[in-house]
Amino acid sequence: MKITLVVNREEREAAVHGPESLLFVLRERLGLLGAKDACLQGECGSCTVLLDGEAVCSCLVMAGDAAGSEVLTVEGLGTEDELHPVQAAFVEHGAVQCGFCTPGFLISTAHLLGHNPTPTTDEIREALAGNICRCTGYGAVLRAVESLAGERRS
Amino acid sequence: MNIERPSGLEEGLEALAASPEATLLAGGTDLMVEINYHARRPEHVIALRRVKELKEWDGRRLGAGVTFRRIEQGPIRALAQLARTVGSPQIRAAGTIGGNLGTASPAGDSHPFLAACDAHIELQSRRGTRTLRWDEFLVGVKRTSRQDDELITAVVLPEALPRRQEFAKVGVRSAMVIATVSACVMVDDEGQARVALGAVGPTVLRARRAEEMINSESEKSDAALAEFARLVSEEVKPITDHRSTEEYRRHAAGVLSRRLFERCLRT
Ligand SMILES: Cc1cc2nc3c(=O)[nH]c(=O)nc-3n(C[C@H](O)[C@H](O)[C@H](O)COP(=O)(O)OP(=O)(O)OC[C@H]3O[C@@H](n4cnc5c(N)ncnc54)[C@H](O)[C@@H]3O)c2cc1C
Ligand code: FES
Ligand code: FES
Repeated sequence: MKITLVVNREEREAAVHGPESLLFVLRERLGLLGAKDACLQGECGSCTVLLDGEAVCSCLVMAGDAAGSEVLTVEGLGTEDELHPVQAAFVEHGAVQCGFCTPGFLISTAHLLGHNPTPTTDEIREALAGNICRCTGYGAVLRAVESLAGERRS
Repeated sequence: MNIERPSGLEEGLEALAASPEATLLAGGTDLMVEINYHARRPEHVIALRRVKELKEWDGRRLGAGVTFRRIEQGPIRALAQLARTVGSPQIRAAGTIGGNLGTASPAGDSHPFLAACDAHIELQSRRGTRTLRWDEFLVGVKRTSRQDDELITAVVLPEALPRRQEFAKVGVRSAMVIATVSACVMVDDEGQARVALGAVGPTVLRARRAEEMINSESEKSDAALAEFARLVSEEVKPITDHRSTEEYRRHAAGVLSRRLFERCLRT
């Protein structure tokens, strides 16, 4: 089956076989390798994308059910020349070690700040509870997000 | 594989009547895990995400397609409390209450709330509408009395919900955790308590003897509360599995019930 969907503000067409996931289609059919393929059971958040504005695990979205939707992956967040503020904050605070979890964290953080520009530390922790960092670099991630929340507060 | 994506309830019921063997897909947070791990390979899927009637939440009637994210932000205290404990923000953005009932896991976090308030589950098919009480609907481990051509359409709450209501669950961390034990306690204006427990039996259960005992005590003394917790521990029917032991679950069920009851009394 063929589906059409808007990925990173661009209309794309993709072949879909059986009940495969949106994550699989993004990576294997559309060549977007930002969202990571890890647990495939919703536990790690490394596959997080925005689907019609909601941060979801793309490994748990059936691709056939995403036809007609709008998807934002980390590739659509900023460009190499112009980083998204969340990306810039992660770089500045060293919130990236191996980087495997980073695309998911960036999408979750962008989603959080879009809804709540000045989250408290507790709100940040809760909003990022579905993103696991295997390098356990949570302190730097928190500082990066807090710096953005702080900037907006002042 | 064939996927149908009805946008209205009539269309959905018709699709299911034509193919009652079809696999229903809501948020996918249970179904896609099974598919990703090759436990299921559906030939025919009916996706419910676009059925607008299922997303309606009108007072007592909570559509099956309402997500835990919306429930978390809703006005019903214990329902919002439990929604906040489901998975992670990503899981709550996709996972629905209808899917939680469809899966019928003994640890389904919505179940203790529904049992404590004696909620009903509404099922619709082309043949008509049935409304079953929670314990008529949830009949065993991952077993419900839904017929193949029926959709879970809504949860119907009682006319009056006790104002005092608390939910909590025990698990190994505070996010992304399947309950080792979950509990919901409600106390109505006459002071009558209801206590429901999840993950300690094939389905959620009410601790009827503990309810009766504490409801007959005018003074909720320390001794009465201790006896209440003891009866809850006795009444639950937990097993030992990879998540916990029977003994721990009995103990935790009693402690949790007492704690939630005391919280209700303080509000
Ligand atoms: C990482 C992770 C963490 C989780 N944490 C929790 C947790 O803390 N607590 C908890 O309770 N659950 C948890 N779950 C399980 C799951 O998120 C919930 O059970 C959720 O409510 C399922 O809803 P869904 O819409 O995603 O269902 P789906 O996966 O789409 O469907 C689940 C089942 O219900 C059926 N179904 C769905 N809608 C209907 C309908 N309208 N009529 C008839 N049948 C229907 C489907 O056919 C399927 O069999 C977790 C899952 C994951 C992956
Ligand atoms: S790969 Fe999707 S949550 Fe881990
Ligand atoms: S930076 Fe390595 S997994 Fe997070």
